[in-house]
Amino acid sequence: MTQALDEIKIGGLGASRRRVEDNRFIRGKGNYIDDITLPGMLHMEILRSPVAHARIRAIDTSKAWNIPGVRLVLTGEMMATRNLAWMPTLSYDTQAVLATDKVRFQGQEVACVVADDPYVAKDACEAIVVDYEPLPVIVNPEQAMAPDAPLIRDDKENQVDNVAFHWQVGDKASTERAFAEADVVSRISMHYPRSHPSPIECCGSIADFDRATGKLTVYMTSQAPHIVRAAVAMVAELPEHMIRIISPDIGGGFGNKVPIYPGYVMSILASILTERPVKWIEDKTGNLISTGFGRDVYLDGELALRRDGRILAVRMHTTSDHGAFFGDAQPSKFKIGLMHSAFACYDVPHAHLTATGVYTNKAPGGVAYRCSFRVTEAMYFQERMIQAAADDLGMDQAEFRRVNLVRDEDFPHRTAFGFLTDSGQYGRCLDVALEAIGYADFRKQQEEAREQGRLLGLGISTMTEPLGAGNSREYDILGIKMFDSAELRVHLTGRAILRTGARTQGQGHETTWAQIVAHELGIPADDVVVEEGDTDTAPFGMGTYASRSTPVAGAAVSMAARKVRAKARKLAAHLLEVSEEDVEWELGRFYVRSAPDRGATIQECAMAAYANMPDGLEPGLEASAYYDPPNLTWPFACYVVTVEVDPETGVWDVLNVVGVDDCGVRINPMVVEGQIMGGLTEAYAMACVQFITFDAAGNCIGSNYLDYLLPTAWETPGFELHEVVTPCPHHPLGAKGVGECATVGGPAAFVNAVMDAIKPYGVRNVDMPLLPDRVYEAISQRHDVSGAPPVKVD
Amino acid sequence: MYPSRFRYEAPRELTEAIKLLHEGQGEAKVLAGGQSLVPLLKLRFAAPELLVDINNLPGLDYHRVEPDGTIRVGALCRHATLERSGSLAQRQPTMAAAAPLIADPLVRNRGTLVGSLCHADPQGDWAAAVTALDGRVVAAGPDGVREIPIRQFATGPFENALRYDEIALEAVIPAPKGTPAGGYLKLERRVGDFATAGVAVAVELSGGLVTRAGIALCGVGPSTIAALDAEQALAGQALTAAAIERAGDLAAQAAQPRRDHRGSVEYKRHVIRTFVVRILRDIAGAAERAA
Repeated sequence: MTQALDEIKIGGLGASRRRVEDNRFIRGKGNYIDDITLPGMLHMEILRSPVAHARIRAIDTSKAWNIPGVRLVLTGEMMATRNLAWMPTLSYDTQAVLATDKVRFQGQEVACVVADDPYVAKDACEAIVVDYEPLPVIVNPEQAMAPDAPLIRDDKENQVDNVAFHWQVGDKASTERAFAEADVVSRISMHYPRSHPSPIECCGSIADFDRATGKLTVYMTSQAPHIVRAAVAMVAELPEHMIRIISPDIGGGFGNKVPIYPGYVMSILASILTERPVKWIEDKTGNLISTGFGRDVYLDGELALRRDGRILAVRMHTTSDHGAFFGDAQPSKFKIGLMHSAFACYDVPHAHLTATGVYTNKAPGGVAYRCSFRVTEAMYFQERMIQAAADDLGMDQAEFRRVNLVRDEDFPHRTAFGFLTDSGQYGRCLDVALEAIGYADFRKQQEEAREQGRLLGLGISTMTEPLGAGNSREYDILGIKMFDSAELRVHLTGRAILRTGARTQGQGHETTWAQIVAHELGIPADDVVVEEGDTDTAPFGMGTYASRSTPVAGAAVSMAARKVRAKARKLAAHLLEVSEEDVEWELGRFYVRSAPDRGATIQECAMAAYANMPDGLEPGLEASAYYDPPNLTWPFACYVVTVEVDPETGVWDVLNVVGVDDCGVRINPMVVEGQIMGGLTEAYAMACVQFITFDAAGNCIGSNYLDYLLPTAWETPGFELHEVVTPCPHHPLGAKGVGECATVGGPAAFVNAVMDAIKPYGVRNVDMPLLPDRVYEAISQRHDVSGAPPVKVD
Repeated sequence: MYPSRFRYEAPRELTEAIKLLHEGQGEAKVLAGGQSLVPLLKLRFAAPELLVDINNLPGLDYHRVEPDGTIRVGALCRHATLERSGSLAQRQPTMAAAAPLIADPLVRNRGTLVGSLCHADPQGDWAAAVTALDGRVVAAGPDGVREIPIRQFATGPFENALRYDEIALEAVIPAPKGTPAGGYLKLERRVGDFATAGVAVAVELSGGLVTRAGIALCGVGPSTIAALDAEQALAGQALTAAAIERAGDLAAQAAQPRRDHRGSVEYKRHVIRTFVVRILRDIAGAAERAA
């Protein structure tokens, strides 16, 4: 008898295999956009608007042209002659590439210079003289919707106000009836502040147009290179087969590298005009003040409650600040993303959500930073509303959740907003988390501490979120359906190359995808190389964001491998001289059912595909699969945080953090835990310090790392992680999305903990980030603190 | 981030460095640790024509406690050296408390105390500590060497009393007459953030009384603020609860904070008061335990 393969040893499903990409990253051998140098390459720098709202009277570029080494100066006027001054956004709006009429936010692109080196380009930018006529500035929705507000989007026909959209979902009438019958109505309003994904690598591109072949190659920091190719084909009217987008190693994306930015378009035009490769590398300030942000949503939320703790209905109104252009990246049908996934983990019979989106004089984006289309806001609002409602009812936080969570036996469960959740053990996750934090003991300690004037607090966040768009019936971007793809080619020695339409940017695809192949075929993961990001070689896919890669592209990898296995079975039958029906499969090997010792390994089948194929069978061993998921995946998470607040300064310290994640089957548990720790770090960041704000003049406060604070290893707490596994019923491996669970569910746990600590002061809400001065104000003045109004800097 | 064009010189002799500065006619900047200057260059907030790198000058990388207790810190002594210094830990509690709170570990590896004083950032930690200790800056120029008291050294935000052709060579902390005690506290939103408010306290104790008190504040005014009334109120007093509260109140009054995204005027004053009281209570507690 041959020994069956040990799946963990070959790096298959469940193996905490070390990340293969780290071999190059930790040696400094990654190949990022700025590492690439092409012969004859020029450098582009962008001149940005110093003001938030102004009419452009004139732009004088003559001095810039006269600086030695300057090859090209582009303005909006010149872009307009080629119909490229404006471009479509991913949300059916338009966005200026270079301003022609007005600047609409501080940092907007006004001109660019292409020169022999980037220093000269920067000097030349400073030599451009722009005559601005200042206009009144709008920095929040209240100002945007004021009756006499100046019109920001006067470029758009029929736009009479600063409203980008009104949208609603749910059942208004039944929700109203439920509210009329409620014993208690719990209300809370809050703001989820604007933050920025701030990947360490900023955006950039190298456009290389070859006049001789007509081919445009663009190296670009993109999480979704195929969408970019399609968009460039449509916007620039270039033939799609003559466009090659290559996304090299990406130094972090978090949604920031999904949109198509003006800099990319300018570098493409500059290469066409100069017939030289043109490199644009964004600086940190440019990245922070002009590229896709996250959040900036206000909530008015209400829960209709029965005295015994049951939620009867939910009513939410969101007001979102999209900046100067509605440039969100989200499925076309849903104007405020998947905000209506709120309360999906609770059994809520009636729900109604209305949403208003407005334009302001702030950077566009709303790409929903590490978030599956606004679910971060949805789950934060949900869990803050849950905490306030439990307090209003005088109920224990854990008990109130337990009463309302969807029970295991109720799956599949249709949410009041219409989603179908299909699996989970919500109560068990909550139990595991409470046990780990020592819930009952902590409540006792909290009581004792209060008597000594010390403020301890405990916050819970429980949530499920929709990850892994499509299905294609409901989810598309600009009409392109949200499926994904994989192509697997097994070489004659049994080694293989796998390509997918996703694009890793830290998620570990090169490691994890190979493990899926190992699981399906028994080919050791080390024998599989994974390649992504080149549109000339990778199959069409929608890219990596919104925690969709494992649910969609990962499933496609399974399906492609299974097609290869089906063909290998024919080859095995030929090698074993039996009929296909008599061949059985075990990991890595086919064998004869009646004589298990007689077998052919997958490697022997691969060799046969090239060297010994049966008559009539097409040579080679490869397959591709396009996967359209039947539903989203619904992971569940419970995060519990304990804190101590210093009542004299408002400073708070994290005592413990427990995370329990049920993301279905874990392909690489180490990679999953890394994702959760990263997500919890970002959750902590949002809760304590990380936000972008604006003063009344529209100046961005957060334009560099002196003002935009990311927590470091010094203050980030440790995390205790646990798992519960409820396989996804429709994913081929039972896996669910996980990349964003902790960023989505985490912030509320931190905020709930601080609110719990200062509850004795009658404080119901302090908006994030919970900066010490805000917490102190809440404690000392015994009132809620809204972080929403623009800071007036004296 | 691409700085403007500049000339770079790295002289090996002090006289040559001074000569270069003199020739620079005010358009030259001294580069020591570079932890403030280089970001300013990259943001093009500073665009000097000449950088005079003093890292090759001999004999400036030192700190020492002299037999009488005077402390001398050379212009190339890094924050990290002071953070790890056994002699400071034993002899100078205010500096020992401040050293690990300077910026973040990366900055501490390169940045210098003397450079920090010269930068004269109103939020600078060292300026507050050295002010509380009533230190001096030793400067060398074409006309020789002179000493500038720290309380006259910063002339405004990011401006100091050095002439354009002078180099700060050394910071001097005078020897204490009594037993030195002190502390440094700052409120920062994150490690490496500038102080929302910072308090340095340095007292000398003798026979249960405060013989000298230094209290300096950072982050709450256009420059480092010496809380003179609080210092005077403590001098000659025992550290009673009432004296401590009074010093806290007077220090809070001395603060001149502005409202910004780090907090309100009232909040910053309150933090100053809280920190002064906390440090003095710790000192009183330690003195009581020692007695």
